Amino acid sequence: MILSEMWSRERSGCYLIVILFFGLPISAQVDTFEFDKAENQERFRNLSNELRCPMCQNTSLSGSSGGVAEDLRREIFFMIKDGQSDREIKDFMFERYGDFIFYKPRLTAGTIFLWAGPAFFLLIGGIVGLSIFRGAQSEALKNKTLTGSDQNKIESLLARERRNLKARDKAG
Amino acid sequence: MIPELGQFSLILALNLCILLSLFPLVGAVKGDVFLMGLARPLTVGVFVFVGLAYLALTVTFATDDFSVLYVAEHSNTLLPDRYKLTAVWGGHEGSFLLWIFMLSGWMLAVARFSRSVPLDFLARVLSILGMLCVGYLLFLLATSNPFDRVVPLAPLDGSDLNSALQDFGFIVHPPTLYMGYVGFSVVFAFAMAALLNGRLDSAWARWCRPWANVAWAILTLGLCLGSWWAYYELGWGGWWAWDPVENPPLITWLLGTALVHSLAVSEKRGAFKSWTVMLAILAFAGSLLGTFITRSGLLTSIHAFASDPERGIFILGILVLSVGGGLLLYAVRSPLLKGGVGFHLSSREMFLLTNNVLLVVAAASVLLGTLFPMVFQALTGKLISIGPPYFNAIFVPLMIPLVFFMAVGPISMWKSTSIPFMIARLSKVGILSLALGIGLPLLLTLEFDLWSIVGVSFALWVSLSMINDFGKKIRNKSNLLEGVRSLQPSYYGMQLAHIGVAIMVVGIALTSAYSIEKSVLLQNGESTALGSFDFEIGDVRTFSGPNFSGQEVVISVFKDNSFVTELLPQRRVYIASGTPSTEMAIDAGFLRDLFVTLGDQKENGAWSMTLYVKPFVRWIWLGALFMVLGGLISAADKRYRYLQRAVEEKKANYETHHPDRLVDVGV
Repeated sequence: MILSEMWSRERSGCYLIVILFFGLPISAQVDTFEFDKAENQERFRNLSNELRCPMCQNTSLSGSSGGVAEDLRREIFFMIKDGQSDREIKDFMFERYGDFIFYKPRLTAGTIFLWAGPAFFLLIGGIVGLSIFRGAQSEALKNKTLTGSDQNKIESLLARERRNLKARDKAG
Repeated sequence: MIPELGQFSLILALNLCILLSLFPLVGAVKGDVFLMGLARPLTVGVFVFVGLAYLALTVTFATDDFSVLYVAEHSNTLLPDRYKLTAVWGGHEGSFLLWIFMLSGWMLAVARFSRSVPLDFLARVLSILGMLCVGYLLFLLATSNPFDRVVPLAPLDGSDLNSALQDFGFIVHPPTLYMGYVGFSVVFAFAMAALLNGRLDSAWARWCRPWANVAWAILTLGLCLGSWWAYYELGWGGWWAWDPVENPPLITWLLGTALVHSLAVSEKRGAFKSWTVMLAILAFAGSLLGTFITRSGLLTSIHAFASDPERGIFILGILVLSVGGGLLLYAVRSPLLKGGVGFHLSSREMFLLTNNVLLVVAAASVLLGTLFPMVFQALTGKLISIGPPYFNAIFVPLMIPLVFFMAVGPISMWKSTSIPFMIARLSKVGILSLALGIGLPLLLTLEFDLWSIVGVSFALWVSLSMINDFGKKIRNKSNLLEGVRSLQPSYYGMQLAHIGVAIMVVGIALTSAYSIEKSVLLQNGESTALGSFDFEIGDVRTFSGPNFSGQEVVISVFKDNSFVTELLPQRRVYIASGTPSTEMAIDAGFLRDLFVTLGDQKENGAWSMTLYVKPFVRWIWLGALFMVLGGLISAADKRYRYLQRAVEEKKANYETHHPDRLVDVGV
């Protein structure tokens, strides 16, 4: 079940085919760009992992064999070769495709809750945890004193247990 | 004829389910033994008829009956038999039938293995499961009937199973994942039944715990198989993609993990009851949310069924009714769940509570990241992507304290543990873990990497404290064998599962830190070096499989000029659908994987390909297998199994103390 993309031979246009069930990209992408420095190779890999293929269902540029992803990877390659910084490359991509291109959403007014969410949840979790602790504490205080019937119950249970033990000793 | 029989069986099963969801419940309320006694036979009936429907669909696939639309869309005469039999779950309709079949299987197991549970309680549990089954069967029959015929012109051949699914992973991953998912329905039903009759004590936790452990273990296995399959089939060198369809099982798993721990406290100490019930509801909600997301097409994912808004609405209805009903019942009844004992701030209860909070916060955060794009788009009209960089950034910081407490929790004591005692026990372990954690990776790789140090140190922290604890526990026994025998299976289960986490942490840390990859263009006879390995390209062979043809490139791998292995990456074209596909070549090893993805052949005959060396990647799944084993061993602890004699004793006891209730000792 995947929606997976396929491209016509001429790459003049693309069409989406709905393939049912657990679906996986049909073929893996392999680029063979030559970088002068290992550091640039690393930058290329990071960028193509952090940027989303704009025409695909849900894969990064590095994970798609589609034409648009391939073109964008080539674009990144030439921009790195040109000596542009990651910042400049990302700005270029943002101008073209907007926020959709970033797998790591930028911090904006709209995404504040997204980035602050986990900390907020942790705060709530802490409060809930503490209230469970306090609840158990106060409940235990309430239950600390035994009523007369509870005391009787305990004594009869203990007596039975003693009898059982004796019986077991005799048997064994 | 057979598809019609299947359809008829489904309708019969639906009717039985309706009876099951009504009569035993009414019986339990009225104290009517006859009505309660209907729970077991009705459950068997549901299982038999859902099973017959499943069998009918399988036979339809096996006999290539393409007049059935679902078969025509997911099979082909050329498809090998093992995929014909499993193509049943190759699409939405059949996989949902599998889902229901799994649920009926769990119900049968509950009916069969819950002899020690009072009959009125069992009747309620099975009735609630019956209600869920009614919803699912209605959904299947009304919106997704797998037995629909193409009349009058049936196609001569089917359009084939998606080629990416024609793989061993497809045979094992979906059924395992579904089985784990559906298992949490059982725990949910136990929680609901307890809320209904207001009886939620340690006995309840004891009945519930083995089911939760087994469901958790199977879900762990399902996730592990999915990760492993994605790794070797997708060829992107990763093992987890934070895809919107992968996240719900992870969320369910995190909540399930919290539940398993919280149940331990409820059983042993009678505390956290209300919290445990809440977790049971949430874990179940997670499993339904996964179904909803996958089948509604609401989120864009690389996994997605052919989506249909009508189906989405129906599943949303089931989700709202069951989870909403559960929460409502919880709100009304949870004030009854008071009770339990107090504990100190430094106690095993408190450490387990911390573990629970961290797990639930992690689950909520993953959920936030999964659903945020949809909400954002609805509110602003703009598209946004949330991917691995976000999830890693929020998830890892929450897991670090969790792993830290994994060493502290098991050695602490219930009620109260003095902090100096903990420090005395763990200081040596801590120093040793840190020293080895820094030393070992440096010594082996001569490369400084912060994450590998963190990973290895924490893994050692968990496993060394385990060994320390084990040593302390058997210290007073006369010999090792006696010591080993003196400990309970549930203790070993916990140990194994925790060691599994440690193994997985090592795998994740070292794979992330030391994996190397390289994309190259090579001709026959050329070679290239990656790390300490040399990859040499040899001949290209053409071959044909049962329903595909293709080419494979022979790649010989050498290390220090001695031959290591031969890798055969392939490109295939499936005959029926004409779809191309790439098969990775992997040489799996305990310490490293060699991995090749084949690209295209260029005009000059050279092949493009990506080569990977991935150290310790197997440890990720090895760790998961340890967790699975741990979960199963815990569930098999003797105290959950009642010998006939013990049951009878219990029955006698119970009836003298609760003359109004009846105990069923099984048949």
